[in-house]
Amino acid sequence: MAKDKIQDFESMVLGHFGPYGGRFVPEALIAALDELAEAHSQAQSDPKFHAELNQLHKTYSGRPSILTDAKRFSQYAGGARVLLKREDLNHTGSHKINNVLGQSLLTKRMGKKRIIAETGAGQHGVASATAAALFGLECVVYMGEADTKRQALNVARMKLLGAEVVPVTQGSKTLKDAINEAMRDWVTNVETTHYLLGTVAGPHPFPTVVRDFQRIIGVEAKEQVLELTGKLPDAVLACVGGGSNAIGIFHPFIEDKSVRLIGLEAGGKGIETGLHAATISGGSPGVLHGTRSYVLQDKNGQTVESHSISAGLDYPGVGPEHAYLNDLGRAEYRPITDDQAMYAFSLLCKSEGIIPAIETAHALAGALEIGNELGKEATLLINLSGRGDKDVQTAADYFGLPL
Amino acid sequence: MSTPLEKLFTKAKIENRALLIGYLPAGFPIQKKAKKIIKAMVSGGVDAIEIGYPYSDPVMDGPVIQAASDEAIKNGAGAAEVFELLQTSVELGVPSVVMSYWSPIEKYGATEFAREVSKRGGSGVITPDLTFEESEKWRAESTQNSLNRIYVVAPSSTKDRLAKVANECTGFVYAASLMGVTGTRSLVSANAKQLVERVRSVSNTPVAVGLGVSNKEQAKEVAVFADGVIVGSAFIKVVQEFGAGRTGLKKVKQLAESLSEGVRSARKI
Repeated sequence: MAKDKIQDFESMVLGHFGPYGGRFVPEALIAALDELAEAHSQAQSDPKFHAELNQLHKTYSGRPSILTDAKRFSQYAGGARVLLKREDLNHTGSHKINNVLGQSLLTKRMGKKRIIAETGAGQHGVASATAAALFGLECVVYMGEADTKRQALNVARMKLLGAEVVPVTQGSKTLKDAINEAMRDWVTNVETTHYLLGTVAGPHPFPTVVRDFQRIIGVEAKEQVLELTGKLPDAVLACVGGGSNAIGIFHPFIEDKSVRLIGLEAGGKGIETGLHAATISGGSPGVLHGTRSYVLQDKNGQTVESHSISAGLDYPGVGPEHAYLNDLGRAEYRPITDDQAMYAFSLLCKSEGIIPAIETAHALAGALEIGNELGKEATLLINLSGRGDKDVQTAADYFGLPL
Repeated sequence: MSTPLEKLFTKAKIENRALLIGYLPAGFPIQKKAKKIIKAMVSGGVDAIEIGYPYSDPVMDGPVIQAASDEAIKNGAGAAEVFELLQTSVELGVPSVVMSYWSPIEKYGATEFAREVSKRGGSGVITPDLTFEESEKWRAESTQNSLNRIYVVAPSSTKDRLAKVANECTGFVYAASLMGVTGTRSLVSANAKQLVERVRSVSNTPVAVGLGVSNKEQAKEVAVFADGVIVGSAFIKVVQEFGAGRTGLKKVKQLAESLSEGVRSARKI
């Protein structure tokens, strides 16, 4: 027993999740990663930090987020009860704000005045720009040039909020390259700058820090489901790109062995076509962006470009804790194609009056599958991670609506 | 058993000079040309060669090396080209190492990678993003195959950390200046000098500096205090500007000659 505890402690220090996680970064970043790990660990045991963060949740982002009983949508999910955890109602429109507020408080504690962030769809960029305005921090957001064009509205939002948006023209000009560029900025400006990473990937301590700030989703949801139904849900579902909203809702349920944890990955045009972003379902273990996890890569260890209709899931890596939960068999990961996601997107719009983010629509498509498998006695908890205002253009194009 | 690289550092110490170490990604711009570029570098006076494994996400490199890597990957460069170019370089009679991010090595298999580098006559491997905490397997494999294990240290490293990393290194310690790409020359030099001194206070292993040295004067300045001067982007820029035909190769050789003069004249009065 004592030995197990020591190993746990070492794993915590190195940020390992079984064989995954860790740190694969230039030595120049180690001091900053250690500083962040230390600040986070101190904050976690400081009641003042929690009080400040809770206050922000209550009076700024609008927590606790509510639980919606999706009765009409449930008819399409084999009659299973479908409960939606409404992270879409948070300020800035997604779960991203939870992590951003937490890390901004850590930035303040570390005495840094500048934050940098990467963004794909722009949701994390917008949340970062928002928090920077709130805390009076300088903010630079790196965004692949291709994404700045696809998500022009979010670029404008970030600029309105006072952030500088840097289009990245290297490599594939998408999220992966935005992360590379943010890391280069960090290597150069590490003394004054905090890298506010948006997902549970990257080098230790990011997968732990981001998870700890997203756990609130699952903590609240568990209590809400118990209050509403008197029992634990049969399955918890969430979409998985990097995996922050999924780990946030999964984590408080990990010990509840009766609850199935199901992550829905972006299957793009189908795994068999190679045009997908389903890292666990269609990738293999490797190293990317400072961590060991499942990666989409070729035989030479080169990162392969991912494809998804959802910019937020369009990433060839995934958080190391998901890789570990998968290998342990504690969580399951399934691919959802673009078409399946868009069908579920449309269904939620018309059956519940909620326009979800296309990322989130992957989780909803999973609910249709799982609900039909489990039948009407089952209760499914879905993380409705974001709202779809940003996706109106993409959806209109997909459904052929004239704008 | 010393590697050819270690022997060369010892010889240079006796001659009281620093080594000029040149870097080129395998398969850049295409493998056939890469072989000729390496020859031009060596005939111009480069003492040792680093063969880069072109990688899709090189976070420690600036835009010049990323562009060169992308081009090499596009032209099909992978493990086979890395080993082949390593062998070419070794056969020219200069100690040669591979520089690779960890992803390609792990994908190839650390055991097989170490074995192949050794088989081709390589002296060691530089691993810019492998932290010593993650090095257990690599430590064993590099030892098993008598390869130098070269890690990169940075000005932001604490003293404890610097000692730990430097003592993991064999062959040389790779000192990378943070402000290397953007700082002014005198600032770069001051940063690098301080870092080299810090490494020397915790380790007896030779220290080579890589920070975007691009001309004779800079090479001379760094060669005063460092055991090795690493030049990469400057060679690549020449190829990007002049190609790898007769003109380009001549320019590469001229740059090598000029850098070599700088390195060799640094400690003479």
